[in-house]
Amino acid sequence: MMQASPQPIRIAGMTGSAVVVVLAVLAVAAALPLVLTSYQVGLATEMLIFGVLAMSIDILAGFAGRTSLGHGAIFGVSGYVVVYASAQAGLPPAVAFVLGIIAATLVAVIFALLAVRTSGVYFLLLTLALGMIVWGICLRWTQVTGGENGMRGDVRPTFLVTHRAFYWAVLVTAAVVSYAMWRFVRSPFGLTLLGIRDSESRMRSLGYNVSLHLFIGFTVSGFFAGVAGALYAMFNNFVSPSTVAPAQSVEGVLMMIAGGVGTLFGGFVGAAAIIALENAVSAYTERWQMVLGVTFILIMIFTPEGIIGTLRAILTRKGR
Amino acid sequence: MDRRQFLKTSTAALTAAGAGGAPWRRALAQAGPIKIGLLAPLTGVVASGGKEMVEGVQFYLDHVKGEIAGRKVELVIEDDASNPDTALQKARRLVEQGNCHMLIGDLLANTGLAVANYVKGTGTPYFIPIIAADDLTQRHRIKNVIRVAGYSASAFTHPFGDWALKQGYKKIATISQDYTFGHEQCGGLAQVFTEGGGEIVQQFWHPLNTADFSPYLGQLADLKVDAIFAMETGADATRLIQQYASFGLKGKIPLLAAMNGTDQSVIRTLGEECDGIIAAAHFAEGSDNPVTQKFTREYEAKYGKIPSLYGFSMYSGIMWVATALEKMGGKVEDRELLIDTVLKTELTGSPLGKTVRLDGYGNPIYDVQIRKVVKRADGKYWNVPVTSYPNVSQFWTYDPETYMKQPPYSRTFQGIKKA
Repeated sequence: MMQASPQPIRIAGMTGSAVVVVLAVLAVAAALPLVLTSYQVGLATEMLIFGVLAMSIDILAGFAGRTSLGHGAIFGVSGYVVVYASAQAGLPPAVAFVLGIIAATLVAVIFALLAVRTSGVYFLLLTLALGMIVWGICLRWTQVTGGENGMRGDVRPTFLVTHRAFYWAVLVTAAVVSYAMWRFVRSPFGLTLLGIRDSESRMRSLGYNVSLHLFIGFTVSGFFAGVAGALYAMFNNFVSPSTVAPAQSVEGVLMMIAGGVGTLFGGFVGAAAIIALENAVSAYTERWQMVLGVTFILIMIFTPEGIIGTLRAILTRKGR
Repeated sequence: MDRRQFLKTSTAALTAAGAGGAPWRRALAQAGPIKIGLLAPLTGVVASGGKEMVEGVQFYLDHVKGEIAGRKVELVIEDDASNPDTALQKARRLVEQGNCHMLIGDLLANTGLAVANYVKGTGTPYFIPIIAADDLTQRHRIKNVIRVAGYSASAFTHPFGDWALKQGYKKIATISQDYTFGHEQCGGLAQVFTEGGGEIVQQFWHPLNTADFSPYLGQLADLKVDAIFAMETGADATRLIQQYASFGLKGKIPLLAAMNGTDQSVIRTLGEECDGIIAAAHFAEGSDNPVTQKFTREYEAKYGKIPSLYGFSMYSGIMWVATALEKMGGKVEDRELLIDTVLKTELTGSPLGKTVRLDGYGNPIYDVQIRKVVKRADGKYWNVPVTSYPNVSQFWTYDPETYMKQPPYSRTFQGIKKA
């Protein structure tokens, strides 16, 4: 009988080597504003924000097997509430931030109540339709949302007005939120979601309340999308119907896929890749969306598991 | 371990890329050319106007051989995709990464408002020959945003309302795109028309990029009105004019339009559907003024099409800035001086054939032409003036201070006088 190997030390749920790597990554990320131009720091901030959005979509898509095309709307609603609260209602930034997240979570609750009974293509269509309803409201309710014009406001608190300060604030928030999401999907609850993804009927026969689990999972996912949306509103000091449009949801899903469905942190990689690509290509041609489209087709053909997913696959194959 | 390792490597790679960018940017600051950032909607609902904006600027730069005040001009063109989010991103890129000395352009009012909000913070001079959002030169005036060779939305519909009254129209209905530009154009007309005793029977608002106008046209046909005022731009204008004719309303109810609806960028693709539509504008390409005729002829010779409002406005706009720069010896880095000089400059060489100057709020004063779409000898349609209102400012006949006390035109406030 072989001796059981000693349990590795776990700090905050991570093994020792993982903690070192995480700290290294955070240190490099924190040092970026010191070497990048203010425009590039802005881009990096956007990558972090959209990384969080992509991760929130991944909670459902990768771990519960339900891909949502409505998360752009949840993301955008948070933005609208944050800008409205600070520009029109004159509330302090922290209060506006919290209100935005609450609003996004409420929208997620409504979406969840309607969508948890469906799966696969129907889930996709239902979340898409719900997202479009939100977009329609934001577009036509001109008195409140400003319609086509969108809403402008100075949303950031004074100590976060500079590019660098805001980037660091976003980095800290993204790190905390990512950690929370990681713990969430590794928890027993997260494992239940994995079980639902793999076989819903088996989970039901084991006595799990599938609908309730999906409902809670969707709401939590919406909460994190709301955090990303509130950060984006502060980043831009501006929100318009294109922030809640279906195209935003699609972009979030694409970033998740590019990084790797089910890898969670792939969201950051996917967001970084797509934002970098958009910026690099649009400097050369106004047809950059075509290039983006072709890139996605290539990703789907050659690396359908996404960048990180494929890397994992290669490394595990090598490991054998 | 693999996933985190990859994150670490990719972040390191990004840093290396970023570090490579920094010294390059510093080198640019020592260069000589005047960098002008041109934002235009090259894609989206008003792409037709956007392309002509670029042509207008390039037409002028060709005339001066790419040099202003002895310095080369570097024109950086970005597409704002008819969308305020994209406009904001591109403006940020032009100012922070491209180091442009000034921004010029944008077409849709919502894109202009987004960029204006941004340059308020950076102090970059932003010239808006096309953006017509009233408040940028009224209640929410931003010092470094100047409407050279441009117009505020309600400036031309004020005299248009007066003209409508003189035609004997008593009841008008309006249909318009649902955004600032539409609200303000309709508001200008509604205010003057109702103050003169007319009645606005009903107002219809539709989102940008409406493909099917039949719900609105059906209702409009049932109203008993003397005329219909349509505020449309770009593809929406083309579709409305076509559907107006195919609905059988053409010839039954006179169609009054915002000048963007009868602009060349729209009517050159139409046939007799656009014949006879009346609009109010500062520029009429079919005018018999010799300077205008020369401009129209040369533009047509170069680009194979009759110049539109967008080409004309950008041409005059960049001419205005260039005139100011010549006066200051080309020192474009001195932003304060540039803004002050532009505000004091009077434009003499524009295709309007008359001197134009800015009022105390950074908005030009024009002679407004009431113009009609007619068929030219060679079968193409263009706008010919019917009558003209001299020296119209953005405040019409109102006192500026009193005018600015009333709220800006919006969905809820259209200046309609209660009978």
